[in-house]
Amino acid sequence: MSGHESSYTPNSAFERWLDKRLPIIRFANDTAISFPTPKNLNYWYVFGGILAVCLAIQIITGVILAMHYEASVDGAFASVERIMRDVPFGWLLRYIHANGASMFFLAVYIHMFRGLYYGSYKAPREVLWILGCVIYLLMMATAFLGYMLPWGQMSYHGANVITGLFGAIPLVGESLQTWILGGPSIGNQTLQRFFSLHYLLPFMIAAVVILHIWALHVPGNNNPTGVEVQDIEKDTVPFHPYYTVKDGFAIAVFLIMFAVFVFYAPTVLGHADNYVEANPLVTPSHIVPEWYMLPFYAILRAITFDIGPIDAKLLGVIFMFAAIAVLFVVPWLDTSKVKSMRYRPVARQFFLGFVVVCVLLGWCGAANPDDAVIPALQGEASLVVSYTDAAGAVASSTYKGGDEAFEAAEAFMATLPASAGASLSAVPAPTFAFRHLSLILTFLYFGYFALLFFLGLSEKTKPLPESIHKSVLKAHKPQSGTAVPAE
Amino acid sequence: MTAETTHPTTETVDDDRRNFIHIATGAVALGGVGMFAWAAIDQWSPAADTKAASSLDVDVSKVPMGGEIRVLIGGKPFFIRHRTESEISAAETVNLAVLPDPATDDSRLRAKADGTFNKTILVTSGSCTHLGCVPVGPSQGNTGDFGGWYCPCHGSHYDTSGRIRKGPAPKNLPVPNYRWVSDSVVNISL
Repeated sequence: MSGHESSYTPNSAFERWLDKRLPIIRFANDTAISFPTPKNLNYWYVFGGILAVCLAIQIITGVILAMHYEASVDGAFASVERIMRDVPFGWLLRYIHANGASMFFLAVYIHMFRGLYYGSYKAPREVLWILGCVIYLLMMATAFLGYMLPWGQMSYHGANVITGLFGAIPLVGESLQTWILGGPSIGNQTLQRFFSLHYLLPFMIAAVVILHIWALHVPGNNNPTGVEVQDIEKDTVPFHPYYTVKDGFAIAVFLIMFAVFVFYAPTVLGHADNYVEANPLVTPSHIVPEWYMLPFYAILRAITFDIGPIDAKLLGVIFMFAAIAVLFVVPWLDTSKVKSMRYRPVARQFFLGFVVVCVLLGWCGAANPDDAVIPALQGEASLVVSYTDAAGAVASSTYKGGDEAFEAAEAFMATLPASAGASLSAVPAPTFAFRHLSLILTFLYFGYFALLFFLGLSEKTKPLPESIHKSVLKAHKPQSGTAVPAE
Repeated sequence: MTAETTHPTTETVDDDRRNFIHIATGAVALGGVGMFAWAAIDQWSPAADTKAASSLDVDVSKVPMGGEIRVLIGGKPFFIRHRTESEISAAETVNLAVLPDPATDDSRLRAKADGTFNKTILVTSGSCTHLGCVPVGPSQGNTGDFGGWYCPCHGSHYDTSGRIRKGPAPKNLPVPNYRWVSDSVVNISL
């Protein structure tokens, strides 16, 4: 808390001299050493520290990779291959950077779900939450820009799809798209500006992270009970050594998992298509973004119908951006006075459902929208002969079964005159496809936020503990004397 | 000792003069920022050399019957397809009422210098109108349910006139700005 009294006493003459001129040691002491932190933070609260490490790793490896990377359509792909094959430890740095993006998003998603579960977005932490959303948005922009740099097939066509989204905006869309690309299509100029911005944005993230920590240190941490700190003596412990050690342990465990990916499965989170150099004339058969964008990609593709003058394409774009925008207003959507879901038994169930919906949206984003969700339930495909009948109308004739159906269809086509323009196609049996599931999940995703509004008005919550101190005592009754060091 | 310090009460502040200086300074600064912002934003617009590389002459006589060639102009893909008789009749006989984006086959062709149409050659954009993927066609062995093109990204089917028939794409494959230079050469420009 910003209000807490500084516990720093300069010990040497130099420290006293510096403290009068630039009290930087005092600042570091008060924010990272003596900062009073609720004593009941669990392991879901370690991801802030992990994220700081992720950002540092990405910036350090990224700056080094930029020393070997060539931002041109002729050289980009080859320079990345050179980093992998020829640059000493280039493979290691690039794999850390590429998998680091995934680790960064993994940590940020857990961090965000943590905030949603414990109501960390509620007063007085709305600005803290919004700054977090800004960081998340910048992270997605940075990841998108960075994914283009290897100039592989998925880089090129993924960027084509995403920049095409801007083309869906009415009136200004096309000029906006041309402006973003710097030409009629993605070219050298696009790659160069994406590289420049990919280098810039992480530093903007770092700046917003500073604001985020500042906004955290004004009200202090939320905690699993959602009850604010009332007595600094009883409810909090100093950040160091209690949370430096806890965070440090979590960071070590996280880095072990990170290393497992880097050393044993460095490409498992990527796409083989991106090791084929970009070719504007050949679109990969299945364009998918990196896993951390998949839920939003599923929402984008879920909308296949028009509403009034808004066509499906624009509607998909609107829903996708709304899925992120809704996070910014969560502090005001959630009407409940109780922060933590621990004491909101009904909301808690819906929260767990929301997590499942997000994961399933990711699954839909990775799948082909027309594929059956449960292939075993898909019926047999039928053969359809489409032709123009004697009256000039479009007609079709359907055949089911194995080889006989094909023979029957062939025989039928032979009876038609050439002017009928008969064509034969295999039509899969109607089934519950991923596009249907995506649509349902999209409405459930938004439904959760609507529900937060109405549930908060009516739900019956469990009694809150009187204080953080009391809740800890209750949880550790048998050995409260030793388990609560700050006691 | 100067007059100001000996008689501080007699000193008057001319507010109008101060306001004028403040507003004038602010206006100049804002104008400078605005003009720099213009330059900073407009430098992202297509450069002169990018704009210059925006048209191409294509010899359509080299396109095999039933096949197509694909050209890039300014990085944008275009299809030049040599249609068979049955593909032309399929494109012409379709009931316009069933089309999501109704257009006759003739409206998607450009007349030659003598005013006649070469129906065997269809020139369209190669960007799916959904999200800009490049559909596959005869050379990739998949022409979709309507014999034209199929976009593998999100399953849009185009017919032999490049019109959208099925799937999420809202519009037909656009016909680019092109003209017949001779009987066998078209000039396509963006």
